[in-house]
Amino acid sequence: MSDQGPFYQRDRSWHPPAFTPQYKTSILRSPQYPLLSLDNTISEMTGPTFGHNKLGPLDNDLIRNFAKTGDPIGQRIIVYGRVLDENARAVPGALVEFWQANAGGRYRHKKETYLAAIDPNFGGCGRAITDEEGRYWFRTIKPGAYPWPNGVNDWRPAHIHFSVFGHAFAQRMITQMYFEGDPMIWQCPIVSTIPDKKAIEQLIAALDRESTLPMDALAYKFDIVLRGRRSTMFENRMEGN
Amino acid sequence: MVQKLDRLKESPSQTAGPYVHIGATPNWVEITGVWNEDLGLVLVGPETKGERIVVQGRIFDGSGTPLKDALVEIWQADAQGLYNSPQEKRGKADPHFTGWGRQPTDGTTGEYRFETIKPGRVPYKDGRLMAPHITFWIVARGINMGLHTRMYFGDEEAANAECPVLARIEHKVRVPTLIASRSEEKGMPTYTFDIRLQGEKETVFFDI
Ligand SMILES: [Fe+3]
Repeated sequence: MSDQGPFYQRDRSWHPPAFTPQYKTSILRSPQYPLLSLDNTISEMTGPTFGHNKLGPLDNDLIRNFAKTGDPIGQRIIVYGRVLDENARAVPGALVEFWQANAGGRYRHKKETYLAAIDPNFGGCGRAITDEEGRYWFRTIKPGAYPWPNGVNDWRPAHIHFSVFGHAFAQRMITQMYFEGDPMIWQCPIVSTIPDKKAIEQLIAALDRESTLPMDALAYKFDIVLRGRRSTMFENRMEGN
Repeated sequence: MVQKLDRLKESPSQTAGPYVHIGATPNWVEITGVWNEDLGLVLVGPETKGERIVVQGRIFDGSGTPLKDALVEIWQADAQGLYNSPQEKRGKADPHFTGWGRQPTDGTTGEYRFETIKPGRVPYKDGRLMAPHITFWIVARGINMGLHTRMYFGDEEAANAECPVLARIEHKVRVPTLIASRSEEKGMPTYTFDIRLQGEKETVFFDI
């Protein structure tokens, strides 16, 4: 099957709507007019590519890529998975970028005011390019939960932010990964912007005991699905139609 | 029961949050020594073909306050109207122009700024030419799913008037929200494209 067709229409009921008052910042930042539906043109069906030459050897190793005096504090983990499209086919060559708080739930950012300590050995950013089977992986420490000013006592569950470039600008996406078994997922005003419980579950990485490194690091599996393209197989309509 | 269609669901979007720059432009938030340089900051080199331009602006929320924590990405054709992408089958784009840019909005003023080139025209799916345009993608805290829009050029009146995408906007009073005004700054043609997330002049956003 060719992958040259336009992309499947986005299922907007699967994604969070723009206006979600329980997440207060969305109130003034949500467009109120309907989106203008635009059949894909070449402007959306193309996209930038990123070569391995852009990446350094420690880009997918958050334990070492900022370390100054030793390893960062925290639970050592491996996160791995595949980038697929809605037709369940691998997306090779995808740029996957990720960022996160440290083990105490503190980001390295000058606007961050949470009292948990900065870790001198943890930057909190990494990136990878998927291989021919769409696989990526990285090593990091498990981020901590953190409080944030929304309600007077709202907390984010432990999470890692992901940004993904597929093969077309129409596939561009940013999302977050959560951890299996965390009860705080179900108390979070940002998680609950997603209306469908099954959709939320798609963002929860599974603990994978078979992929752990014994005496070293736990492993979590997190697959990411980008939009799929219509097949061009049916496009040459029969004569007379 | 019927046979399964074997399709997956797209991963649901989540907000980029206030610290998107840690992952997207770490050097810009003083996380240095991890990447050599932040991706997408520079679009144009000495060998890039085309007219040098500046594209700048701010993103306003529903209270009229500029967003100081947003990330803006642009995607555009080269001066000949070709995209530098493996999906581009019409010809070979300028190898000295990636067509992709990424900039944070300034933490104090809320301004974003790209130095790029003016793109050529590219065809709509029926072969008619669209007016020159730059695709925008905006993420920030409070935006649950990245917003797609397009910037058109104020000095391309004839092309804009026949653009099949602009023609699809039913409420014609909204078309100007996509058109950047041209001025000269320090000898550079400068296009100002302000984006409004809400209000009377809310920018047209696309479901693509
Ligand atoms: Fe976060």
